[in-house]
Amino acid sequence: MTQRAIDLWVGIFVAIGLAALLFLALKVGNLLKFNEDAHGYVIEARFDNIGNLKPRAPVRSAGVVVGRVESIALDGKTFEAVARLRIDNRFQFTRDTIAAIYTSGLLGEQFVGLEAGGDTVMLKDGDTLRKTQSAMQLEKLVSQFLFSRAADGPSGPAGATPAPTPPSSSSSGVKP
Amino acid sequence: MAPFVELADVTFGYNASRTILSGITLAVPRGKLVAVMGGSGCGKTTVLRLICGQHKPSLGEVRVGGRSVAAMNREELQAHRRRLGMLFQFGALFTDMTVFDNIAFPMREHTALPEPVIHDMVLMKLNAVGLRGTAELKPSELSGGMARRVALARSIALDPELVLYDEPFAGLDPISLSVVGQLIRKLNDALGMTSILVTHDIQESLKIVDYIYFISEGRVVAEGTPEAIRASSDPFVRQFVDGEIDGPVRFHYPAPPLAAQFGAPVGARH
Amino acid sequence: MALDALANVFVRLGTASRKGITRLGFAMRFLTAVVSHSGTALTRPRLVVREVYFGGVLSLVIVGISGLFIGMVLALQGYETLVRFGASESMGVLVALSLVRELGPVVTGLLFASRAGSAVTAEIGLMKTTEQLAAMEVMAVDPIARVVAPRFWAGVISMPLLAAIFSMLGIYGGFVVGVPLLGIDAGAFWGQMQAAVDWRHDVLNGVIKSVVFAVAVSLIAVFEGYDCTPTAEGVSAATTRTVVTSAIAILALDFVLTVFMFRGGV
Repeated sequence: MTQRAIDLWVGIFVAIGLAALLFLALKVGNLLKFNEDAHGYVIEARFDNIGNLKPRAPVRSAGVVVGRVESIALDGKTFEAVARLRIDNRFQFTRDTIAAIYTSGLLGEQFVGLEAGGDTVMLKDGDTLRKTQSAMQLEKLVSQFLFSRAADGPSGPAGATPAPTPPSSSSSGVKP
Repeated sequence: MAPFVELADVTFGYNASRTILSGITLAVPRGKLVAVMGGSGCGKTTVLRLICGQHKPSLGEVRVGGRSVAAMNREELQAHRRRLGMLFQFGALFTDMTVFDNIAFPMREHTALPEPVIHDMVLMKLNAVGLRGTAELKPSELSGGMARRVALARSIALDPELVLYDEPFAGLDPISLSVVGQLIRKLNDALGMTSILVTHDIQESLKIVDYIYFISEGRVVAEGTPEAIRASSDPFVRQFVDGEIDGPVRFHYPAPPLAAQFGAPVGARH
Repeated sequence: MALDALANVFVRLGTASRKGITRLGFAMRFLTAVVSHSGTALTRPRLVVREVYFGGVLSLVIVGISGLFIGMVLALQGYETLVRFGASESMGVLVALSLVRELGPVVTGLLFASRAGSAVTAEIGLMKTTEQLAAMEVMAVDPIARVVAPRFWAGVISMPLLAAIFSMLGIYGGFVVGVPLLGIDAGAFWGQMQAAVDWRHDVLNGVIKSVVFAVAVSLIAVFEGYDCTPTAEGVSAATTRTVVTSAIAILALDFVLTVFMFRGGV
């Protein structure tokens, strides 16, 4: 084995190895997408209950991923969950956008859905969403269903629309 | 003139309980070929290790060229080793390199010579041991005698002032043995080196060396020129030269009397 | 009598731990020696390149084939479970996360230890047995700088690359089984994977794991070789120890790293 052949093989090996690393970072780990996210702007959404929402969960609007949940914290004064959402710069949302927590499938991951309103003023970096809708909790849903059945008799109306917990936002006000 | 290599009353042990050398004194004048002889395990190899600075004596002093080896710092020791060649017991050729690369190894490591110069020097050294034709072989393709000669060529690669031979004849057939022996003598005289030969092969040594030291149980028990050794009546020398089984060197390893040990479990000491 | 036997057990345990700790100490001191003698290896990259060839390139085939098959098996097994929850689209996530976070670094580490690590131990051990290391020392060439350090660094370089290749081929194997064979939508396979795998949290941590394992395996391999009893049995015992110790070290380190890296969802 000449030195030249060894050099050649090692060169091929290192190239394949680096290609594999690149593959893992880009194709599997979606490194580029992440970078786009990092360049977006941040808005805050306050929820009474975030359910199983996790950091890095997607933020979708009309089913399209527009950003990610950056962090989740609890506001010690109002006892609300504060989710910071990083939204891609390409997407602008009106100030009266409603944020809601949905579940993909019955047991799937949870994500934040944004539904734009009719306002003409757009959200800026650091703004807080006024209207939110908390995560749907299976236990509450079941108990509501049972109570309404008990109250209304056999022809209860509760089934179809799972009475959402009322939008929390405006009562607690905006805190800078 | 002071001897080139000098051991003055050297005592050495790997640990405190077991001394290997106790009070050895020997002197090797410049340009001479001196043999250090003795039975297996008597500390001959240790003498070589002390000279090249792999070990330090517990007592006494090892001087090479008038300088104490033990007192050298790291750089001086490296410089000292660069002026010295050593032939190991089984050659210790690098098995992953060709014969050529083995001999070029010390040159490439220690000199900045251009590759063509190294090429010529390696062929010169190989020619000196008669093995120019093996340059592209791997050590595993050589016979024992040839491997020893290649190792000899490697130990003189940097034209050392002092060459140490550790059992150069071990495991060689009679022809290879006298070839290696003659080479050692010729190289010593042609290159003006000083050589120390550690061996237990008395017949070959008597033919080639200038002076012989006998070591037994860590001491020098006899010394002299080959003629003097042949004529000696010293019981140790006679036993060694004539190859008798029992004599000053015992056949039995020290043990309690046989009768005391019969019936007792192994390891029980009384 | 029984008390004596019990005491003996503890004495043995104590002796074993003392020896283990002493050895660990020696290994750590050896690591500092190797790192501080790396100048030669780094100024003469040829020495390292040669060892990368023997350690990395020659392990490529076994690592690649293993990765491919493990990815395919993961996909088949995962499908069984996922299809019960109607979540077979998440197979890409399952395969990619298992490989990138765990199996890639761990299995590559185990394969590397038995394929390349044991060879390095045997090689260095044999050089010690045949006095080649002593010969270098007498030639004023430091065997740690000339023999040990290049092999150590070659391992540290090769193994993370092998782990990445393993994961890549594993994911490809999962894709081959999942998409054409089991009929999962290719878009869902990649899309779900990309949504769930984070390059920093998952990929980078996996790479860090493989680097840590690489250092551990390479150190064990060169240390066992350099430290072995210079006899035929000594070399074979050292080779066995390299494989066994490496396996234990990889799995233990994997646990520790996983605790720190993937604790909770953050």
